[in-house]
Amino acid sequence: MQDVYEALVKIVGAEYVSRDPEERFIYSRDPGTMEPCEPDLVVMPNSTEEVRQIVLLANQKRVPIVPMGGGLVLSGLTRPLKGGMVLDMKRMNRILEVDETGRSVIVEAGASQGMLQAHLKKHHPGLKHSIPDAPPIATIAGNVLIHGSGHLSAAGGFHSEMLNGMEVVLPTGEIAKVGSCATSPYWFSRAPLPDLAGLFIGWHGTTGIATKLGIKLYPERPLGDVGMFATEDPELVPGVLHQLAGVAVAEDITAFMANAPAWLRGFQIVNVKYGAETKEELRLKRDLLRESVRRYIDDKVGGFMPLPPEMKQRFLEEPQTTLSLFADTREGGGFEYVGAIMPIELFAEAYRQGLEIAERHGVECATGARIIGLGHCMMFFYGYAFNRAEPADVKLAQEALEDTNATVLEMGGIPWKAEAPAQKQIIEKMDPNTFALMNRIREVLDPKGIMNPGNWETD
Amino acid sequence: MYELRYDPEICAQCETFDCLTRCQYMDLDIPAAREERQRLLDGEDSRVLRECATCYACEEYCPYGNHPFYLIVERQEERQEWPVPTPLTHQQLRIMGPRGDVQPRKVEPPVINLCAFTMLAGCIRGKLFEGSSTIAGRDIFCNVMWLHFGKNSVIRERLPKVIENITSSFLEPSGVDELICFHDECYATYTQLAPAFGIEVPFKPVHLFDYLAQRLGELKGEIRPIGERIAYQRPCSNRLIPETQHWVDEIFELIGAERVEREYDRENALCCATTIRIAQRDNLADDVQKRNLDDMEAVGAKYCVFNCPACMMGLSGPVAERGMTPILMSDLCQIALGD
Repeated sequence: MQDVYEALVKIVGAEYVSRDPEERFIYSRDPGTMEPCEPDLVVMPNSTEEVRQIVLLANQKRVPIVPMGGGLVLSGLTRPLKGGMVLDMKRMNRILEVDETGRSVIVEAGASQGMLQAHLKKHHPGLKHSIPDAPPIATIAGNVLIHGSGHLSAAGGFHSEMLNGMEVVLPTGEIAKVGSCATSPYWFSRAPLPDLAGLFIGWHGTTGIATKLGIKLYPERPLGDVGMFATEDPELVPGVLHQLAGVAVAEDITAFMANAPAWLRGFQIVNVKYGAETKEELRLKRDLLRESVRRYIDDKVGGFMPLPPEMKQRFLEEPQTTLSLFADTREGGGFEYVGAIMPIELFAEAYRQGLEIAERHGVECATGARIIGLGHCMMFFYGYAFNRAEPADVKLAQEALEDTNATVLEMGGIPWKAEAPAQKQIIEKMDPNTFALMNRIREVLDPKGIMNPGNWETD
Repeated sequence: MYELRYDPEICAQCETFDCLTRCQYMDLDIPAAREERQRLLDGEDSRVLRECATCYACEEYCPYGNHPFYLIVERQEERQEWPVPTPLTHQQLRIMGPRGDVQPRKVEPPVINLCAFTMLAGCIRGKLFEGSSTIAGRDIFCNVMWLHFGKNSVIRERLPKVIENITSSFLEPSGVDELICFHDECYATYTQLAPAFGIEVPFKPVHLFDYLAQRLGELKGEIRPIGERIAYQRPCSNRLIPETQHWVDEIFELIGAERVEREYDRENALCCATTIRIAQRDNLADDVQKRNLDDMEAVGAKYCVFNCPACMMGLSGPVAERGMTPILMSDLCQIALGD
């Protein structure tokens, strides 16, 4: 690796490449339960050209490359399973261009959620992007490329659906553009060309390295409100979600179920967040939402909770900072969840299974969901907090996560941003021709198998 | 056990129908009121059970003190005609439920009862409350709120224990027999609601405003007059104890503030609309709040003064948006004293 190290120093400068044990330790893990895997090197490029040169070098030396954004995926996707180098994109964090009229932005792949949010607040206060409930250092590219979701997913779907185009360094070193930017100076959509974005989304960095992204922006409304609809019967929730989402005024619809505080136990709470330009519009939207669930209200089986103003403000936050408290309930900084993408009709079963898994493994399991689009599907999550300093606690969470992945697949859902063992579980359920197609695509794009090897593989 | 002290004969013979015809949220003329009254007396279904905004005002309007509102709540519960969706009621039952961990301790008079609202402890400060003790927590929650939820049964179940907690954990061991109730809710509970259900109260409740008026009288020389026009938001619980209203006037006079005459004050006060919203009647709540706020604004009120934390929660935001300052009565008095 000495020659690779020296070549990397020439490409990015000595300051931005490291093989020091402390760096390798940090880059070997994420906050989830997956076992650490140490890289041989860590490199931080500053431009697409530097990425290209690194990829050419990796090809020449057959060194694995693991592209990394914020490193906060929790399922260990940026652990170098077969060694090699972690390509940390954080230096490529420029916000390149905002199109106010067309509501879009072009960012480099290392730009973080917090940076874009701050940039828009300062320079384009009428616009916002769909931010996930992740720490602000999480990158936009990382989240888009794993089919993430966020505070505008009821309005705009998965973050991958908000992607207008990308610049990508292919595993063989060519720089390719996908979306309208391949043909036009404008990054306005992925239509009408063949949609090549799918070659890079959901692949966990095994098909190329995104260096720039164009994503959609949305109006930042001056007024906002949140309604919290409570029920005690999970069987009712798919109907409630269907109705609330169908009104098509919500920016974000989430559900949560928790055992703490005690007054929440046994309830299903659906949060509906929406914005408006005027108070009249806000009231109209509130009324439309309420009327959509009128039958539950009239039957007295559900209703919007009274919210003190300070509580309302907390739920209007983007991202939700209170989630970090929830994620550390066991203390010791460990948290991982299975986010299962599934139809909303599976809500009640998914909820019940969460209770059963928690009981089987003797762990605390918090469940919830984020609705995608007008109830087209949901990301149902099973969250497990654990104490990283307690190996037994970590093991319990690992076992619960594995059980959850199997249960989700059995129900007809699919684990999202699946860790390597869960990828294997998915592949087992997958149509063999689909998996064969995936392998053919990878062979074409990455003939030397250098891109994040160990992912989407059976052995 | 704890039967409601209500005499159906009084209602049957009443020719005023004030409880129903004076209602600000239901439109009933005398023939309609007569019909609905009969239904209520007979334990039959009545539109009153569904349309009641639970503002408590009919308790004040009844010329005989016969507890027509408590009867409505009784009937709502009997017929399971819940004013609020049941999941919300169940949540509140847990949130406001006793913790069973009351810690007995000695208290010194004056003893201020903050009810469940421990977060209001900061209000007890300065010259007004010099030397006082406070008690607070879920185990001494007065439970009057269940009138909004059609749940007299919860009052019957929880209130006697609350009274016992206050007495045996704080007052009796300290040789204190007076309890200053920071809110109308508590004072109304111990002077009107508990007796209506035959629940004995072994201590003497004192209304906060009675206490404030006395203290302000003692501190008269230190008062810097507020000199502002003030809208008073009369809470629903005060409908149970209208005899305390004169203290509001006395306090305002003492601190040099003007309780402006407006349409929706005193017997014509409007609900803050918090409970109307919990009953999922947002449009009615919007209308009630708008009329109330328009009224406050029209008379040029600078402050909107509250005594009820629920009123403050529901109205302080809209009040502030209209350029008025929402404030608790005790805090306004502190301003006058420069505390």
